[in-house]
Amino acid sequence: MLQVERVQLADRSSSRRAQVGTLYLTAFHTIFVDNEVHNELWVLHSLVCNVEKLSITSCGYPLLIRCKNFQVIQLLIPKENDCNDVFVSLLRLSRTERYEELYCFSFMPNVDKAARGQAWDFLNLKAEYNRMGVSNKLWHTTSVNREYRVCDTYPADLYVPKSASLPVIVGSSRFRSKGRFPTLSYYYRETQAVICRSSQPLSGFSARCLEDEQMLEAIMKSNPGSRFMYVVDTRPKLNAMANRATGKGYENEDNYTNIKFQFIGIENIHVMRNSQQKLIEVSDLPSPSMGEFLLGLETSDWLKHIKSILAAGTFIAKAVAEEGVSVLVHCSDGWDRTTQVCSLASVLLDPFYRTLKGLMVSSVCYEYTREIVHKLYQLLNVLIEKDWVSFGHKFSHRYGHVVEEPKEASPVIDQFLECVWQLMEQFPCAFEYNERFLISIYNHVHSCHYGNFICNSEKERKDLGFWRGLYNHFDRGLHPRQSVLDSLMAIKEETQQLEEVLTIYQQKLAGVGREQANDLFVKKHGMKNSQGLWAEPTQIRLANSPQDYNGGNLVSGPKDLLPQQRKTNLDLSLFGDTSESSDPDNSDQESEGADFSCHSCSGGASPPSEDSVKDPDSDDPAFNNA
Amino acid sequence: LFTSRMEFAELIKTPRVDGVVLHRPFLPTVEGTLCLTGHHLILSSRQDNTEELWLLHANIDAIEKRHVAIGYCDLPKTIFIGSLGTIIVKCKDLRIIQLDIPGMEECLNIANSIEALSTLDSISLMYPFFYRPMFEVIEDGWNLFSPEEAFKELESMTDEWRLSEVNKDFSICPSYPVLVTVPKDIDDDSLCKAATFRHGGRFPVLSYYHKKNGMVIMRASQPLTGTSGRRCKEDEKLINATLRAGKRGYIIDTRTIAVAQQAKARGGGFEQEANYPQWRRIHKAIERTNILQESLIKIVEACNDHSNSMDRWLSKLEASNWQSQVKEILTTACLAAQCIDREGASVLVHGTEGTDSTLQVTSLAQIILEPACRTVRGFQGLVEREWLQAGHPFQHRCAQSAYSNEKLRSEAPVFLLFLDCVWQILRQFPCSFQFNEHFLVMLFEHTYASQFGTFLGTTAAERVKLKLSQKTVSLWSWVNRPQELERFLNPLYEPNSLVIWPSVAPQSLLLWEGVFLRWNRSTKCLDEAYEEMVHIIEYNKELQLKVNSLRRQLAELETEDALPQTP
Repeated sequence: MLQVERVQLADRSSSRRAQVGTLYLTAFHTIFVDNEVHNELWVLHSLVCNVEKLSITSCGYPLLIRCKNFQVIQLLIPKENDCNDVFVSLLRLSRTERYEELYCFSFMPNVDKAARGQAWDFLNLKAEYNRMGVSNKLWHTTSVNREYRVCDTYPADLYVPKSASLPVIVGSSRFRSKGRFPTLSYYYRETQAVICRSSQPLSGFSARCLEDEQMLEAIMKSNPGSRFMYVVDTRPKLNAMANRATGKGYENEDNYTNIKFQFIGIENIHVMRNSQQKLIEVSDLPSPSMGEFLLGLETSDWLKHIKSILAAGTFIAKAVAEEGVSVLVHCSDGWDRTTQVCSLASVLLDPFYRTLKGLMVSSVCYEYTREIVHKLYQLLNVLIEKDWVSFGHKFSHRYGHVVEEPKEASPVIDQFLECVWQLMEQFPCAFEYNERFLISIYNHVHSCHYGNFICNSEKERKDLGFWRGLYNHFDRGLHPRQSVLDSLMAIKEETQQLEEVLTIYQQKLAGVGREQANDLFVKKHGMKNSQGLWAEPTQIRLANSPQDYNGGNLVSGPKDLLPQQRKTNLDLSLFGDTSESSDPDNSDQESEGADFSCHSCSGGASPPSEDSVKDPDSDDPAFNNA
Repeated sequence: LFTSRMEFAELIKTPRVDGVVLHRPFLPTVEGTLCLTGHHLILSSRQDNTEELWLLHANIDAIEKRHVAIGYCDLPKTIFIGSLGTIIVKCKDLRIIQLDIPGMEECLNIANSIEALSTLDSISLMYPFFYRPMFEVIEDGWNLFSPEEAFKELESMTDEWRLSEVNKDFSICPSYPVLVTVPKDIDDDSLCKAATFRHGGRFPVLSYYHKKNGMVIMRASQPLTGTSGRRCKEDEKLINATLRAGKRGYIIDTRTIAVAQQAKARGGGFEQEANYPQWRRIHKAIERTNILQESLIKIVEACNDHSNSMDRWLSKLEASNWQSQVKEILTTACLAAQCIDREGASVLVHGTEGTDSTLQVTSLAQIILEPACRTVRGFQGLVEREWLQAGHPFQHRCAQSAYSNEKLRSEAPVFLLFLDCVWQILRQFPCSFQFNEHFLVMLFEHTYASQFGTFLGTTAAERVKLKLSQKTVSLWSWVNRPQELERFLNPLYEPNSLVIWPSVAPQSLLLWEGVFLRWNRSTKCLDEAYEEMVHIIEYNKELQLKVNSLRRQLAELETEDALPQTP
């Protein structure tokens, strides 16, 4: 463990406060402990994206740590040696070379063994397909891929049409890239239409394969209500055509009976990666004008990509639910775009993946303890498990868990989560989980916190929004200062307590066990103040102080500046000669994150990641970019 | 009244047509009878379950006519059966509806009548003068917000100000009200002299007094320094009188320094440092009215563009500059509030005329600083004081909206931008406002077309001349009735006594969908969520009441129990 004293933690979003404290580097975390208030900031090494040494200043050696969850931490270390040590250690620690070193293999969550076992039991895909109500007459599990003989990126147990014989499946797999033959992804009970997934066919310019054609026909016929099926290639047409030159490609409508072929142009991972990079740069601009922000958003093309994924999901969901037509989805290898699109269609089709109506404020939200969160994960995990992990989505490659392979990294699941968020914005009552839940999934994907992720609109809308909650997650000054969600959750909690108290009173009035009831009452009220492991103490103080509204020309409340900084700022002050212009202790203190009444006590900006829970500094979002 | 009825009759050639089909956003198509009256376009299907359309002519911004010939082709000749005319009605509240009218002549007549009736220039022919309320006026909105009352409140906090009647016949400043609040030590003669030095006679007056530290926001119009650098001792004395001993203040000029320089050539200008040494001038860049109107036209066009490309949407949104205007106005207001609350310095705000951007800034700053302005009543008072009394020319600014093809005169969405900024703050502090988004949208609608007289006229003087308070009903008389008010109350409201500092970063400012996408998108899901929220809160309140009453009952029982034991 490395320990460095007298380190300054700068708040990038405001110039006025730099905390001084001690920096610890442990096997898995970087920890900063504030000397004065002993607040702690914890950052997982696996979340660290890159570490950068900035040019030396008069007070020390600055180090900039950028995290995959868009947190940026700027440290000022007094001695050069220490700075180098931290730098080298962080570089080493954030680049895990072996799976065993990942945090999830040593993380012992406060969940008992049974609960953990249950989580893994959820991987039982069979149970999930049973829940969908897959017809046993038309579909069955095949043992063709036992011991991963046919396709090593598919799970061992797969659903295929009952009418597809073993030779047909094997033949079809030989005609598909990486052996990924068409197999069941989602069964829609009401129409018996299905979503199947595969990789691209090895059709080249003219090759065909009888078994593959029979396989598709078997899928089409497994939906008795329809006379044709859609084959959706989620790539742009040009890309698919280019693949033909390498012996791959797409289905020729003439060779397959009763298919309708359709391109839905979702770009490849490289385009997506660059797009997200641009988006991150936009969200990172120090103080952009409206024009810079909107044009940056536009040139990133990010929302265009999100829209294309939503459009594909919508197309498939409509085909299955409204037309009752089965769909086969593929892209190139069938593990990125295909996965996104199949999952999204499932979210659109099946309330189970959104779970419980009226969910914006369900009971689970406010008992935000780790156990509950864990259970919530299981819900979405079923989906992520089904479509992503078991079908070989390359988590480690895409999210850079083990040894950087920059060309393989891509925001595939980020986009899926964002699509779900966009849907949530449109249908606030349709989802049991909320934005925070998506962001914590995001963080877990990128931090390998839980084991699950490791190993390999319904209508057209143009005005999709920028996901401030994710990309500017840590720039608290940018978030609403009061949160409707938090207020409602507090009200819900209070309602629950009131219901309990009401029962107690009614019992009391009926003369039943007066003393007992009193005890219970006290207990319940005591509970109100206890916070779950996931509740952030920092939320209690409301982020509320002015931003820089005049490009740094006004010096507003430089209360906690270090002496050196205070001096420079005073020089910028309009009336440097008068003392009252920057009076350090005027009566405004009350508005510095004073407690708004109980319902709105938790501020809107709330980093859900456990790693940032201990960050103390939420009351000061002022970001003077001077 | 009689003559005006005659005038209307002359304009209506075809008062009613049967078999008209109405298409509206999110409502089923209705077939029925179209009637034109002097002030309304009415479509009624005469069935109980369908909603009638009552549209004020004043709400119509533009119309388009289309003709479709109906016939069938029986070669070699086409047989003509009749014609169907279509009128697209574009409203000032940004809604677009379509009327299919059988018969070419009827259609043309209707279109001509609508065009004439929706562009009547005479204020006295406006609907508010004909409207008779269907409800009993319990609390007359015209008497709710008097300057005397406001001054009484000020007097309870400080004795440094006085109410002056210098403008009692509107001769000193035509756009000011009779009563204005000025520093106690400045006499009416000085005010008259200062008025000659300010554009339109708008000498500096009190806009807001910050109780916490006694700092003030003053507002005025630009000083008439001209190219020669004219000065006015009375003006200097007037604004210096607002400063406490040894204190300094800020002058926020809402124009860029370049624009302010150019104004000198036309006799305007800005305060020179040499003549106002106790003041520091800050220039911001709030656009002039005609640019704001262009911005409105462009953003509405972008929102109504149904082509689905994401690129075009973002470019168009950016090119409209609407969000930039919101950002700049909000930033300037925050700056003014910051000077007052954080710097402990008084502020004088002005632009050119002092009737537009100036009022946006002073009124928004009050919403940030003063919790009372975030209540329904307080907000109404703010609109009265800072907009109506302060002489914002609603009649001119709201004569046309985003669709009009007419040549622009002095139309500008100045008040709409103010409402948009309030909405942005409301979004960021959803628990700190007593009213909700519907309240703001309602105000937007009534500034452009209304049955109430509140937003008629341009100045206090004109309102007196028109006898609005006697001849028309005040919007507040209607809004403040409990049955109406209910719709406008924010269920999450909890009084917040603090200053609220909004974020002005582009990531934090959203498109006001409630206005701009209102007619393009169904709000069903969002309405459901809102209902659900209301339900949760109401249930909570209900339980609180129950628990409290049981607690009281228990307490009574316990004291009864305890009685026999006490000696």
